[in-house]
Amino acid sequence: MKQPLRPKSERAKPFERREMTFAEKLFYPAIWEGLKVTTKHLVENIFGRKHTVTLEYPEVQRPYPERFRGQHRLMQRDDGSPRCVACMCCSTACPSNCITIVAGERPEETIEKFPMRFEIDLLKCIYCGMCVEACPCDAIRMDSGVHPKPTYNRQAAIIDKEGLLAAGAKTIATQGGTFGSRVAGHLKKHI
Amino acid sequence: MTAQVVEALVHAAIKFAILVPGFVLALAALMSWIERRQSAMIQDRVGPNRASIGGVRAWGLFHIIADTLKFALKENIVPRGSNPLLFRLAPFMAMAPALIVFAVMPVGPTNRWVVSNLDVGILFIFAIGSLSVYGATIAGWSSNNNFSLLGALRVSAQMISYEVSLALNLVGVFMVFGSINLQTIIEGQGALLGGVLPKWGIVVQPVAFFLFLAASIAETKRTPFDAPEGEPELVSGYFTEYSGLALATWFLTEFAAVIMVAMMATAVFFGGWQIPWLPPTPALVATWWFQIACVMAFFAKTLFFVWVQMQLRWTLLRMRYDQIMTMGWKYILPISLANVLVTGLFLLLTR
Ligand code: SF4
Ligand code: SF4
Repeated sequence: MKQPLRPKSERAKPFERREMTFAEKLFYPAIWEGLKVTTKHLVENIFGRKHTVTLEYPEVQRPYPERFRGQHRLMQRDDGSPRCVACMCCSTACPSNCITIVAGERPEETIEKFPMRFEIDLLKCIYCGMCVEACPCDAIRMDSGVHPKPTYNRQAAIIDKEGLLAAGAKTIATQGGTFGSRVAGHLKKHI
Repeated sequence: MTAQVVEALVHAAIKFAILVPGFVLALAALMSWIERRQSAMIQDRVGPNRASIGGVRAWGLFHIIADTLKFALKENIVPRGSNPLLFRLAPFMAMAPALIVFAVMPVGPTNRWVVSNLDVGILFIFAIGSLSVYGATIAGWSSNNNFSLLGALRVSAQMISYEVSLALNLVGVFMVFGSINLQTIIEGQGALLGGVLPKWGIVVQPVAFFLFLAASIAETKRTPFDAPEGEPELVSGYFTEYSGLALATWFLTEFAAVIMVAMMATAVFFGGWQIPWLPPTPALVATWWFQIACVMAFFAKTLFFVWVQMQLRWTLLRMRYDQIMTMGWKYILPISLANVLVTGLFLLLTR
């Protein structure tokens, strides 16, 4: 379908060229104006870095935003064991298949499984945060604020359960996460 | 007789060795850092400031050492199909004239402060300086690279065109001071006009000064006249194929040319080693502190013009090649001819 032309007042106006005046043709006044601008910037930047906005990275670091997804950590129960119940939700949700979980059995009745192996291959991970969303127990988090570090070999980029737990901490969240329980309460009220 | 010749030669060699490696090359090395730092500051960046020795950064001054080391450690690639002898020779064919011209530059009030006080001073500078076009042309031709060849063509056309106007600009100054010996010209600038204004070249020949600045920057092939090495169309122009220390030689040549232009502007238009309102009487000239002060004044003015050229380079845009040629032949050359005519008429009428 042919687009209707815009009304004349809205159309772009052609640029009117005019003859340069003698002073403009000389260029020297324009060059002088340009020199004034660059010299102003030079002097003001030498004495006080007035316009420079560069953050000199390793020494000065911009703080990460609150919801920055950094390296994973596994949260712990009060007795220091992992909160993870090896439900495989995270490894199922993971789009890059980088979580390896081998489940083991627990003698208790309420919590039947625990992870014997829990490994995340950080080289495959795309830091999407799906695993955190999927976890029903608030067992895995990405709020460590640690930027993944480069390693000398691929093996070193795979962090195991011990490493993940060491980075973790005790959590006071109830099983299922605070958000989940809030939603449940909300739903209950309305049913 | 021969003993005297040998002595004079030894003296000249010593002075040259102090002036050129001691001042020109040292400043050229420093300029490689100044250039980047200054451009950074102009463009609101930080610039190279990371190289450090034991944690001391000194505003990035050690980048000079780091860059030199890096250049020295790079392979000196000679491209296939090139003329290896000429390819290796070219940087030095450009560099030697760029350094030799400093021999006639009087940096102080007596003959002690000039390597060789030639009577043909400025002509010598033009004669030798124009030889460096061979270096650039041969570099472009021997590289066996079309970009280099185009760059070389542009260099030769541009340098030869602007040499004409460059020399003509100075004719007015020669007429006013009645000499082409640089020392005589500088001494002539010591007088005061009407008792207030120093009789500097810029005061008596203002038009010539501005045309000279434009033409001489075109001679050094720097922005806004750096079409020969215009990166967007020619990669790097005539030194596209150079690497390692040969590339560093090209940079040094360029910076030496910048210093030469600064020194010429100082000597011809800004009173050389003259300290304004302090006329060099013979009694004063005989004292060593006055001589040192004069040399300091000369170098200070030189540094100022080096700065001006750097500032211009980071202020202006690159001109199109045809614009450069138009400007040289249609504007600068006629205006400088007119300037010579007006100066001649004026001198004739006021005689
Ligand atoms: S952040 Fe995404 S890719 Fe990484 S482990 Fe979690 S779900 Fe998988
Ligand atoms: S989703 Fe949570 S509880 Fe389930 S396996 Fe992953 S970390 Fe463990």
